[in-house]
Amino acid sequence: MLNQRSRFIFTALCFGFAFLYIPILLVIIYSFNDSRLVTVWGGWSFRWYVELFNNENILDAAILSFQIAAITATFATIMGTMAGFIMARIKQFRGRLLFSGMIASPLVMPEVITGLSLLLLFVSLQDFIGWPGSRGMNTITIAHITFSMAYVAVIIQSRLTEINDSLEEAAMDLGARPLRVLWDITLPIIFPAMIAGWLLSFTLSLDDLVIASFVSGPGATTLPMLIFSKVRLGVSPDINALATILILVVTLGLCLAAWITSRQNRSLSQS
Amino acid sequence: MSGLLVQTNNSLRENLWRYFFVAIPYIWLLLFFLAPFVIVFKISLADPIIAQPPFTPFFNESSDGGFSIYTTFDNFRYLFQDSLYFVTYLNSVKLAFIATVFTLLIGYPIAYGIARSPQPTRNILLLLVVIPFWISFLLRVYSWMGILKTNGLINGFLLWLGLIDQPLELLYTDTAVYIGMVYSYLPFMILPLYANLVKLDVRLLEAASDLGAKRWQGFLDVTLPLSIPGIIAGCLLVFIPAIGEYVIPSLLGGADTLMIGRVLFDEFFLNRDWPVASAVAIVLLLLLVLPIVYFQKKQAQENLEATA
Repeated sequence: MLNQRSRFIFTALCFGFAFLYIPILLVIIYSFNDSRLVTVWGGWSFRWYVELFNNENILDAAILSFQIAAITATFATIMGTMAGFIMARIKQFRGRLLFSGMIASPLVMPEVITGLSLLLLFVSLQDFIGWPGSRGMNTITIAHITFSMAYVAVIIQSRLTEINDSLEEAAMDLGARPLRVLWDITLPIIFPAMIAGWLLSFTLSLDDLVIASFVSGPGATTLPMLIFSKVRLGVSPDINALATILILVVTLGLCLAAWITSRQNRSLSQS
Repeated sequence: MSGLLVQTNNSLRENLWRYFFVAIPYIWLLLFFLAPFVIVFKISLADPIIAQPPFTPFFNESSDGGFSIYTTFDNFRYLFQDSLYFVTYLNSVKLAFIATVFTLLIGYPIAYGIARSPQPTRNILLLLVVIPFWISFLLRVYSWMGILKTNGLINGFLLWLGLIDQPLELLYTDTAVYIGMVYSYLPFMILPLYANLVKLDVRLLEAASDLGAKRWQGFLDVTLPLSIPGIIAGCLLVFIPAIGEYVIPSLLGGADTLMIGRVLFDEFFLNRDWPVASAVAIVLLLLLVLPIVYFQKKQAQENLEATA
């Protein structure tokens, strides 16, 4: 009986993970395909990688996307941490309900709506105060910070509700001022969560197509926008190579992050 | 006396700091999250014109220096008169709903399996669920194009097996959209389900089996009812973004796969009709308000329970 049940679980897990990973693995394998016909195997080759690194459009778009992602991640982590702290630790202030609604909504808001509404904001601001001038990197970054900080806030908030505030209260009772407590106690505790938030914001920004398409102006093409315009016409072998590189970078980063947090947890539980 | 003064001085400074601390994210969200919606609403009430920006202004300066407000409900009337939009909304709900059901059917056994695995394996399996979520959404959708296309891998495999004589039409159909949605949103379903199932008290199942319940009875009467909060959370996390989806229907769907995100995008970029696009967005928002508010209530409840 037990055997039957664990056999069922085992099969479910095998099929589930096969479903999750086979498409990704196929992209990786076919990125080394020599043939131009994407699904016909023509032997191993690195030619699509060579072509990729000689394609200036792709390189420019990649540089732009990585710049936006780095700036977005940094600002989203700062403001998302503030917002998460406010949600978890400051129980009463005027307008808290509106604040909690605004911080949670970007998570479930359809991208087309967020993108459209931000573009219309930028256009209106341009009309009234003459800012932001031209649309491009600046407007994309603002849009990305706005939805990424919501994700960071959720991570920080759940981390702060997970640990109780007895450490912070003890420090307060011993006469430490709130800012001191924040700096010496709270921040070190949530630091791993902040790293996770930074990484999440970075990948979210790097991945966004719809919102960037709305708020971008002429001349600013991010990597997803470029990929989308190519892929729309069908499967293309150099995109397979690009996808493989991105997949490997993300997987390595994630494994590194998982390893760091597991080590930190172990040392925390030991001390 | 002087000590008291210092004290109030300090707490005043602390209060100022606190205001400052709350004000920064607050003002940012007011400006870049709330204000844009007000503007979308405003523009949905304007007329399209050929100009830059392509809509009539909300305030009109009349010749004697006064202001008049110009609004029109023509865009909304247009949405209701043209059956295209109604069909599109219905179709979006249908596609999102069916995709959610399939995601649940596939995700539940996986979440259950992970929750019942021994500890070190469990963490690795969780990481394996999370990795695809971090890999570019766009690229994961793209990965199915090579599998589903006419001379793609599935057709190649089936032809080689001799099960079919002619390649099946898979890519650019609703089926492809379902596959893309289930694939892309599966982690969103598994994670909340796992979080719920892992909390389940195994002693309840033991008690059920001691009282003579078969395993499937234990599952149906104990595990399944207790996991309903996880099911609801997972389904909302899949259903809400799936309704407004743009990438999946435009890459995997056919020309006749009508989804509201795609219509909004085209209305905006191809027809350049900003007021109608805004009206489409407002109606989509109204459609989503109920599930979103419900979801947030649930989240707030769970946060309260976690702190209590």
